[in-house]
Amino acid sequence: MYNFDYHRPSSLGEAAKLLTGEAKLLAGGQTLLPTLKQRLAQPSALIDLAGIAELKGIKASGSIISIGATTRHVEVATSADVKKAIPALADLAGDIGDPQVRNMGTIGGSLANNDPAADYPAAALGLNATINTNKRAIPADAFFKGMFETALEDGEIITRIDFPVPQKAAYMKFDNPASRYAIVGVFVAQTKDGVRVAVTGAGPCVFRWSDAEKALAGNFSAASVEKLKASSKGLNADIHASADYRAHLIGVMAKRAVAAAR
Amino acid sequence: MTDTGIGAPVRRKEDFRFLTGKGHYTDDINRPGQTYAYFVRSPHAHAKIKKVDTKAALASPGVVAIFTGADLAAAKVGSLICGWAIKSRDGSPHKAPPHPPMAVDTVRHVGDHVAVVIAETYAQAKDGAEKVAVDYALMPAVVSVSDAIGAKAPQIHADVPKNLCFDWELGDKAKTDEGFAKAAHVAKLDLVNNRLIPNAMEPRAAIGEYDSGSDSHTCYVTSQNPHLLKLIFCAFVLGLPEHKVRVVAPDVGGGFGSKIFCYTEETVVTWAAKHVGRPIKWTAERSESFQSDAHGRDHVTHAELALDKDGKFLGLRVETLANMGAYLSSFATAVPTYLYAPLLCGQYATPAVYCNVKAIFTNTAPVDAYRGAGRPEATFVLERIIDVAAREMKIDPAELRRKNFISPSAFPYQTPILLQYDSGNYGVSLDKALQMIDYKNFGKRRAESEGRGKLRGIGLSSYIEACGIAPSAAAGALGAGVGGWESGQVRFNPTGSVFVFTGSHSHGQGHETTFAQLVSPRLGVPIENIEVVHGDTAKVPFGMGTYGSRSLAVGGPALVRACDKIVAKGKKIAAHLMEAAVEDVEFAAGNFKVSGTDKNVSIAQVAFAAYVPHNYPADVEPGLDETAFYDPLNFTFPAGTHIAEVEIDPDTGITKIVDWVAVDDFGKVINPMIVEGQVHGGIAQGVGQALLEACVYDKETGQLVTGSYNDYCMPRADDLPSYKIATTETACTHNSLGVKGCGEAGAIAAPPALINAIVNALGVAHIDMPATPEKVWRAAQQSKNKLAAE
Amino acid sequence: MPTVSMTVNGKSVSRDVETRTLLVQYIREHLGLTGTHVGCDTSQCGACVVHIDGRSVKSCTVLAVQLQGAQVTTIEGLAKDGKLHPMQEAFREHHGLQCGFCTPGMVMSAIDLVKRNPNASEETIRHGLEGNICRCTGYHNIVKAIQAAAPHIK
Repeated sequence: MYNFDYHRPSSLGEAAKLLTGEAKLLAGGQTLLPTLKQRLAQPSALIDLAGIAELKGIKASGSIISIGATTRHVEVATSADVKKAIPALADLAGDIGDPQVRNMGTIGGSLANNDPAADYPAAALGLNATINTNKRAIPADAFFKGMFETALEDGEIITRIDFPVPQKAAYMKFDNPASRYAIVGVFVAQTKDGVRVAVTGAGPCVFRWSDAEKALAGNFSAASVEKLKASSKGLNADIHASADYRAHLIGVMAKRAVAAAR
Repeated sequence: MTDTGIGAPVRRKEDFRFLTGKGHYTDDINRPGQTYAYFVRSPHAHAKIKKVDTKAALASPGVVAIFTGADLAAAKVGSLICGWAIKSRDGSPHKAPPHPPMAVDTVRHVGDHVAVVIAETYAQAKDGAEKVAVDYALMPAVVSVSDAIGAKAPQIHADVPKNLCFDWELGDKAKTDEGFAKAAHVAKLDLVNNRLIPNAMEPRAAIGEYDSGSDSHTCYVTSQNPHLLKLIFCAFVLGLPEHKVRVVAPDVGGGFGSKIFCYTEETVVTWAAKHVGRPIKWTAERSESFQSDAHGRDHVTHAELALDKDGKFLGLRVETLANMGAYLSSFATAVPTYLYAPLLCGQYATPAVYCNVKAIFTNTAPVDAYRGAGRPEATFVLERIIDVAAREMKIDPAELRRKNFISPSAFPYQTPILLQYDSGNYGVSLDKALQMIDYKNFGKRRAESEGRGKLRGIGLSSYIEACGIAPSAAAGALGAGVGGWESGQVRFNPTGSVFVFTGSHSHGQGHETTFAQLVSPRLGVPIENIEVVHGDTAKVPFGMGTYGSRSLAVGGPALVRACDKIVAKGKKIAAHLMEAAVEDVEFAAGNFKVSGTDKNVSIAQVAFAAYVPHNYPADVEPGLDETAFYDPLNFTFPAGTHIAEVEIDPDTGITKIVDWVAVDDFGKVINPMIVEGQVHGGIAQGVGQALLEACVYDKETGQLVTGSYNDYCMPRADDLPSYKIATTETACTHNSLGVKGCGEAGAIAAPPALINAIVNALGVAHIDMPATPEKVWRAAQQSKNKLAAE
Repeated sequence: MPTVSMTVNGKSVSRDVETRTLLVQYIREHLGLTGTHVGCDTSQCGACVVHIDGRSVKSCTVLAVQLQGAQVTTIEGLAKDGKLHPMQEAFREHHGLQCGFCTPGMVMSAIDLVKRNPNASEETIRHGLEGNICRCTGYHNIVKAIQAAAPHIK
């Protein structure tokens, strides 16, 4: 790891001011620090968000679960409010990485990083979440731009993520046996505005599987997706899974998610 | 049996320090004035080094010194050696191209060593290493054996045409052909034994230190055999006088073979410490371990088994291409030859076996012994092709095995391929395993799984291994460069406690407990008063270290002899103290007693008298400290049957191990708790090979694709089942303890058991390891389509 | 260099360190507590797990400067007055360790695991060890040890 300046601001405004040039935000650090250890990045400064109170915590209002950006995965996984309102989200958070990663990693960090194999992007997209920043509110559909790319602009910091409570939802993940990231993860949600199916791990960026959404809109049952085949075009291929296999797994995971949705 | 005697599950003496964070692993050691080393490694699989520019790096903060391959060559540092000579079929010796500790003009695999940067801190050494500018001219690379023997393959070493290290054979080809000529059925199988990366959890590390006052070197190192490393340093690589070198292998965090060998890093820090005038510490980052630890396995094999109409084996033919990597590691040539082919008889009375092995250089890390070393490869060939034959001939796989087992009355049994098995009763282990897994009701369980849309399979593996390496004369005749004996020393202290010194080395096996348990009843000294010392060439007599499940089978009898010598001497001292004739003195439970009387003295009193010899026999030397060496008469032959039962989700291809039975004959067992632990760990590594692990190099670029735990799949707790373990016992007939060895059994037995279970579930002929979900899913699809077509 | 102060195993400690210093380096190199190990460089093996404010964390994936004022417990802080913690005792009793290298991290993870899941099933325990790799034991006896220790840990 290269050396860097370290800042621990206590307010969002202070953090935004520090976020210039090659400075990077440090939330849970579970992706950033391994990257720095490999010397794959050389930030001039790390701005630790842990001291900013307004980024923390989970708030439940009737139709929205609002999660602060520096809320750790373990807090989401074990939150009574989340478990009650969106059990699929608690389940997803409870299966990210491993327990030690969940004890440090944060939702804001995960979304800002937008790893193609991360879990949270599937929930954000699948639930049509709103990603609030220090500057604006970004709908999930406009947030995930590509591999490790988001709509976040320079100096923009995620503050809270608002998840509308669905009628029912579930997340099914096929783990990479080595890294435990998703080879394919499918988040299915039935909401008052329709059905959303978000797929992570399979492609360069989380995406919605519109064929499945259409099929499920008419009849939200596993049978509706039984015969659907996701296209393997543009999907990832590596030593763990070919594009064809990933395409197949999208179908299997979607079917299982629909069956498990609650 | 007492609470701590032979056969008792004594809790380990070493655990307190490990559990409280008080172990002393190499990286935990810090020496005064210590500097840190970081190696510049080749990012390319094959390239000429045009220029190494160290100027900027030398100016980097904290950098103390930089050495390159050219510097080592100029200092006449020798080549790393391979200590086993193999003769090709044409009588020529194996090709042994130079293996300089750091590359001089050519790098031959990703991770090959180019230079070492020594600095005040580890981070500064790494910072400096980034500034070493190496100008490479890339050359084409080849990573697989099949490609490396091709006509267009790049040649990796100037004097090794076709990259062929040796072309070796074992067995009577003509007699084997006769078997095939008579065959009613011939089973054929092409398989790959996947390349593995050992991954002991403690990365390799070394500290080199030089004392100018005594002109002596010390190397603290993660080694399984410190004496052998010292011998290689002195006799071959560094040319140092042996009495001026001390090698210390302190607590070592697992080895599995990978820490047997003499590597570049410990060689360089030991050499450079004198030049720098300060101690130098190097600790591998895991990424470096992936690139530069010796890998394991990597065979491509074609096998054919001839059977008569009743399923009796008539002959076995095996052709294997073995990957040596870019250079020959310390024992690389022995692994695919004498540790492999002689095991191809397994537990069976196959009358003729012929095996041909071609060893091939590639642009990959060196390949050497990894848990089992040759024996897992042989067992996989044999136990897989038996299942292929069983399936084709519609014979139950258990019955086909039983039909061909060597009869219990046939021991000692001379196989047609070198080995003479001393003891065994294979049917007993098989029967017990079948009963433990409820083999006869498997059909019901399979039907139940089918009802849930799952495919269930069961698979057997009746393995044998040759352990207790090795009878020196036999090993020497086969090309070994060293002996196979072991040393043991038992030293009483004046106040009655005991040091036990062994030339073997514990890196997880629990020697501090097992050896204390072995010595305790023989000397009548409580186990807590016995301290087992190993791993320091300045403390323990010369020994051969630990590998090949040899520590107890070879090191144990050495200790028994040392104890016998202690007792024999003690009798003389006791006779004097009790004013009796030596021949009237008996020894039992720590007491010397005059036969037929109640006169006695304790061994502690005798020890005290030996060190404070005021009242002492004139013809006896003072002291009570005996050393013994033991050279085994034969290998030992642990054997058994493992059975795996799996359930496959055909939609995803995920294989779940639902049951595992292991019945092993390890001869006499000293500590069953430790033995079971060894079996558990071995199975886990075997399961890893069969389901999860594969070292992958990119075919075009030679880059290591599986260079971290993100891609190299280590078995985790949730990948594995709990195991049902049992033992049977036929004692080893040629060592004083009757022990055979248990360290490698699981890793040998598990892969074929699991693959046999998977192909049984899928109804296919074969699936290559690792049987990843995608491979299994594809096989399940094919199988389904085939069934639909039929 | 910033001064980083925290409480480690109940003792206040303070060291001047580079910002890039990881907690595991702070513990091993600056405090000389070498029971916490480093087995990988990609934050996966779990040999370095310690407790920060009562939660198990990979000390190779957190900076010392992030932990100003934190309460850190390492493997050295578990046994009290020479008496092993119930989890350590269970690992000993059930032969849950061989080479001992993964053991400190494994024990620290296991304690957090059973505190969060007092009635954990074998499956829960196995899944909960996802972040710790052991190459020696095959996990069989680790799982047994954790099951045995669970009722004794609050």
